[in-house]
Amino acid sequence: MQKLLTWIDDRFPLTALWESQWGKYVAPKNFNFWYYFGSLAAFALVLQIVTGIFLTMSYKPDATKAFESVEYIMRDVSWGWLIRYMHSTGASMFFIVVYLHMFRGLMYGSYRKPRELTWIFGCLIYLCLMAEAFFGYLLPWGQMSYWGAQVIVNLFSAVPIIGEDLGIWIRGDYTISDITLNRFFAFHVVAVPLVLIGLVAAHLTALHETGSNNPDGIEIKKQPKDPVTGLPLDGIYSHPYYTVKDIVGVIGFLAVFSAIMFFVPDMGGYFLEANNFIPADPLKTPEHIAPVWYFTPYYAMLRAVPSFLGSQFWGVLVMGAAVMIFFALPWLDRGAVKSIRYRGATYKAWLAVFVVSFLILGYLGVVPITIWGQFPEGWPLLGAADRATVVARVLTIAYFLFFVLMPWYTARDKTKPVPDRVTG
Amino acid sequence: MMGMRRCKTLLAAPVVAFLVAVSGAAFASGGADIRMEPAPINRLDLASQQRGARIFVNYCLNCHTAKYMRYNRLADLGLTDAQIRDNLMFATDKIGETMNVAMRPADAKAWFGITPPDLTDEARVRGAEWLYNYFLAFYKDDATPSGWNNLLFPNVAMPHVLAELSGTNRLVTTEYKNHEEARAAALSARGIVVLGPGKDHTYVVETLATASPGALNPVEYQRTVADLVNFLDYMAEPAKNQRTRLGLVVLLYLGVLFFFAYWMKREYWKDVH
Repeated sequence: MQKLLTWIDDRFPLTALWESQWGKYVAPKNFNFWYYFGSLAAFALVLQIVTGIFLTMSYKPDATKAFESVEYIMRDVSWGWLIRYMHSTGASMFFIVVYLHMFRGLMYGSYRKPRELTWIFGCLIYLCLMAEAFFGYLLPWGQMSYWGAQVIVNLFSAVPIIGEDLGIWIRGDYTISDITLNRFFAFHVVAVPLVLIGLVAAHLTALHETGSNNPDGIEIKKQPKDPVTGLPLDGIYSHPYYTVKDIVGVIGFLAVFSAIMFFVPDMGGYFLEANNFIPADPLKTPEHIAPVWYFTPYYAMLRAVPSFLGSQFWGVLVMGAAVMIFFALPWLDRGAVKSIRYRGATYKAWLAVFVVSFLILGYLGVVPITIWGQFPEGWPLLGAADRATVVARVLTIAYFLFFVLMPWYTARDKTKPVPDRVTG
Repeated sequence: MMGMRRCKTLLAAPVVAFLVAVSGAAFASGGADIRMEPAPINRLDLASQQRGARIFVNYCLNCHTAKYMRYNRLADLGLTDAQIRDNLMFATDKIGETMNVAMRPADAKAWFGITPPDLTDEARVRGAEWLYNYFLAFYKDDATPSGWNNLLFPNVAMPHVLAELSGTNRLVTTEYKNHEEARAAALSARGIVVLGPGKDHTYVVETLATASPGALNPVEYQRTVADLVNFLDYMAEPAKNQRTRLGLVVLLYLGVLFFFAYWMKREYWKDVH
């Protein structure tokens, strides 16, 4: 065995690669619950790829056969229902894990120098994931697949001047059709996954170059070395310590995953929508089109922005900006410390505002805008406006203020002194 | 030029759809409140599902298809191929076939104004509760082409095919001046109740009353409908019972595995201080 390994290592840096990326990678010893979500995201990606491969074996990307082939998978293919549910539950779980992973980064300042590139690769992964989810959602060719895609492609049609042509270019047709289904299939199973895997490799390489941040926001690389082990005082090898810990995380994740998949795979219409069990019908618009839950905060923003100069494009711009602004985070934060543990009340308050805005916007994106009724007619400015729309506008502004005011409030925040060693 | 116009119309459709989606259920908030009866179905009651299958092939599978459901899949309900062939197959003699009908979609559209939807997944689309109440909500209405109407699905194109079993209902409409009175009346009424806005800021409570009895008494009819809905619910996801059974085993296994994994983690981490 050792001889084989030496033979390989003389020709390919297998041992060196393993040791630099995981085996001898030194990580802070104080990772808490929030640090499970990185490895869980990787696990979810592998799960989606493997189940996706098996689905591709029976799925037919053809507008006349797509819906039928999904039913065939659910009914006639051996264990097809299980693989399909793993993939559909996996998509939503992937987003849950990624949102929690990103929130961890916000809390502990993981995006800050020297980890800006790790953060940027992560943001790109998030963008890819959204594209992947969007393309994949068309494939079952149900009513929600069809009309959801119609609505999203129309966002691009709202671009001034080139919009109409842009829409046709994306669809390859005047409406969502067989040709659209085929190209979305190509993007979903080949193009985007390839980019995604490349970005994940870059994300991890960048992380393992700088070393991981931790809940205290302390740079363990700057600590004195332990005279016996030669490691930073608060550093441990990933293997075996985080290997065995992440295994616990994966099993816990699988338990939650299984509880959903085996007992409530529709998740009350949030993971699989009832309307998507009706085959796509280009002539019949469903009464209520709502995107899948992971897009709803942005969808709520899109709806909240009023049309201006006769164009809906502003809503699209706001929605795009809400996603893209994450990229700027490393340069917006001027706090003296990284971790929320040593930040002052101002930062904590703004983070709370951001999280609450994101969650309520997410809720508002699911429900009709009339959900909370209207303001009484006589009211100045607000008269007769939908309450939910006004709330969504306020929250959209709050969402952006978290980022835009960040250079100002982080610099003025009363921070606490950061200790030399990690705590608990 | 014609091409351009066509392309604009095609583009306008989704935009309108989008606006409809955005303005969404403006109707719902000002629309009617419906109180439904819970559907008394049990996915483990195979005898009920077998009875439901018989009702389905006799009453539904003449106009509606279930084109993703294979006859031999009914083995899930504890039926043998011979039993399926002798009791449930009228449209084909191949047991591996899916449940199709002889009626052509174009003819159906001409006769009913709409092609009857495929019912394979209907229970996932509508939900079992809605379906159960739908079959209880038909009433006589001379104003519609079929002579039937439905409290849950106003002006539905489908006639009440189970009428010989249920007998016929008539609509009872009561008008109330204010919402509180209407609400109190709706709450005390039995069966399916619809409370909606009437003319001139009044409120209307709609319920059903028996007009003429059918072959079954009301309790028997409800049981028959429950059997049918139980079958539709099974057909929408034939693997459901297998899914929940397997789920228990998997969760149990993960529970044990979690214990050992956590134990291993604790042992390894003993030397981290």
